Amino acid sequence: MEKRVTFKGRWLPLLLVLPQIAITAIFFFYPAGQAIWQSLFIPDPFGLSMRWVGLGNFEFLLSDPYYRASFVTTAVFSILVTLVSMGVALYLAVLADRLIKGSGTYRTLLIWPYAVAPAVAGVLWLFMFNTRVGVVTWYLGLLGYDWNHVLNEGEAMGLVVVASAWGRISYNFLFFLAGLQAIPKSVIEAAAIDGAHFWTRFRTIVFPLLSPTTFFLMVVNIIYAFFETFGVIHTITSGGPQQATTILVYKVYSDGFVGQDLGSSAAQSVILLLIVSVLTVVQFKYIERRVHY
Amino acid sequence: MKHTISILAAAAVLGSAQSALAQTEIEFWHAFTGRLGELVAEQVETFNASQDAYQVVASHKGNYSETLNAGIAAFRAGEQPDILMVFEVGTATMMGAKGAIKPVYEVMADAGADFDQSKYIGSVKGYYTTPDGDMLSLPFNSSTPVLWVNRDKLEEAGIDPDTDLSTWEQVGAVLDQLKEAGVDCPMTTAWQSWIHLENFSAYHDVPFATKDNGFGGTDTELAFNGAAQVAHISAMGDWARDGKFIYAGRRNEGGANFRAGECALFTESSAGYAGIKAEAEFDFEVRPLPYWESVTDEPQNTIIGGASLWVMEGQTEEEYKGVAAFLNFLSSPEIQAKWHQDTGYLPITSEAGELTRSQGFYDENPGTDIAVTQMTAKQPTANSKGLRLGSFDQIRGIIDEELEAVWSGDKDAQAALDSAVERGNALLRRFEQASR
Repeated sequence: MEKRVTFKGRWLPLLLVLPQIAITAIFFFYPAGQAIWQSLFIPDPFGLSMRWVGLGNFEFLLSDPYYRASFVTTAVFSILVTLVSMGVALYLAVLADRLIKGSGTYRTLLIWPYAVAPAVAGVLWLFMFNTRVGVVTWYLGLLGYDWNHVLNEGEAMGLVVVASAWGRISYNFLFFLAGLQAIPKSVIEAAAIDGAHFWTRFRTIVFPLLSPTTFFLMVVNIIYAFFETFGVIHTITSGGPQQATTILVYKVYSDGFVGQDLGSSAAQSVILLLIVSVLTVVQFKYIERRVHY
Repeated sequence: MKHTISILAAAAVLGSAQSALAQTEIEFWHAFTGRLGELVAEQVETFNASQDAYQVVASHKGNYSETLNAGIAAFRAGEQPDILMVFEVGTATMMGAKGAIKPVYEVMADAGADFDQSKYIGSVKGYYTTPDGDMLSLPFNSSTPVLWVNRDKLEEAGIDPDTDLSTWEQVGAVLDQLKEAGVDCPMTTAWQSWIHLENFSAYHDVPFATKDNGFGGTDTELAFNGAAQVAHISAMGDWARDGKFIYAGRRNEGGANFRAGECALFTESSAGYAGIKAEAEFDFEVRPLPYWESVTDEPQNTIIGGASLWVMEGQTEEEYKGVAAFLNFLSSPEIQAKWHQDTGYLPITSEAGELTRSQGFYDENPGTDIAVTQMTAKQPTANSKGLRLGSFDQIRGIIDEELEAVWSGDKDAQAALDSAVERGNALLRRFEQASR
């Protein structure tokens, strides 16, 4: 039944995949291999000497309660970013899907935030919530709420989550909208004739049929929250207050580039690599089973 | 006739091309933007115009941390500049990099340049010298913390703006009065670790770290959880909870609040002068950093912040001669005095300070000499020479985190400082291992 294109011989297919293999080898396998190698040493910043410590860097890291706490921070942060960005995107997509007039305009407007670089998004949000001149802070003050993410850990986490999720909503919105439009109208109409209300239709038909999109977005968003939110965190909180918003990637940066501790930084990259591999395997093994294609 | 002119022109072109070729290029990486960037460019131009043998090319490489990283990455690739600007907290990292740097006193000796190390102000150069007093890098921009006062705000609150603020006891009483008068921001600070722990320790002559604050070796341990520091941080924590001390952020975020006229008192670098003078629409004044009378009868000196210039290894002899000439040019009284007056940074030689005084600058700009006096009034002790600690940029980050816990009321001062010492020590041991 399956349609397959097959090549005769073996050189042509090899030649065709060669560029991809070369790119993966140069930009992924080589640096990843170097990170693993470096994680076994304590080098001096200038690369003048390296001291072999075996798994010493990993021992040092895992015995540090602040590093262990960073795992929890990362988990909380990633789950919140994924939930917020996907939830809002799905809501907006369902609304836009029902629009008859002007849906093009809405779509275009909703896609804009995606074009904003994370660091810029961070600065924008920081400006709105600035404890001294922020617009939102000022309105909250009128309501009697004293906003201070510089010292309040929960508020700092909330702010970086919202700022990270915001740019991501557009991307998720696009995929959800495309997914919704791919659902055959006849199925939904049939259910409507049977007397199913909007919410019932959504729960029993639309959402299950949307599951491949949801699954794909979940994988992509978690990876985004893990790796690409650096700019937002760096501009808004620099990991503070205390260590409330120090996610694993931010710690790699602060140990490697602020502390010049390349050994520990490399060991952390290796740990991150492991986490992401495990996450991906878990997602495909257990969650994909519930996905209806 | 026509021919001779064209031959002359050709000769002139050739000549200039040759002199351009003969010039040795000196690469200088720095971290200054804005007004400071312009002033550095001006210094470089003046040097280039003053002689033909060398051409200094200055490039901006990002903020302090980024410039240091750029220098390190360039060294690893064998493309290092001749001169690299490194902030004071990177000093131990640079010193540990034997084989990557060439000490300034060696550069000067090898180039046969005039170099009298005694001309440099002790408390400025002390941060960058070997135990024998030889200069490893050339101090470039140095500042020290002082107390900035918004006189209008004091007056509004019914306090005599000339009131004595020399001690923290007196400041505490004024903060009470300000709070009672309904001032929203009685006091704020910039660079909390630098001012309220590093300088606090030097100023009260108590150790910040063992082994003479790290000057005695990399096996140093942090010691800023002593009674004096705990008492100070504890008092600041009480003020923070009562709304008398407003925490604005880890760097100099508080500066915006002070310059906008919201805060009455502000502890900040003396180099804040240019910004405050440009923006403040109120009557302001510089006072010496306060001290606790209960700890000491008379304060020691404060220490510096800022950056110094390091000469990198692996360049030609000709380039080192150029570097020596440039560094000597930067240290000359006229150039230094101008830099000091333009920026608010401290002069690095006493001659430059004297020149500034004789030019009448201190009389026209009262308070600008307070930082100089505060630094130089006393001979530095082992506790007030400076700090030389590895991974110190990151240790400051830890201190920031723990102090935030005090300001928010999560921890008391003793617990927070104990924890900062313990976490910082772990990083010092890493650094010790790396630099063995």
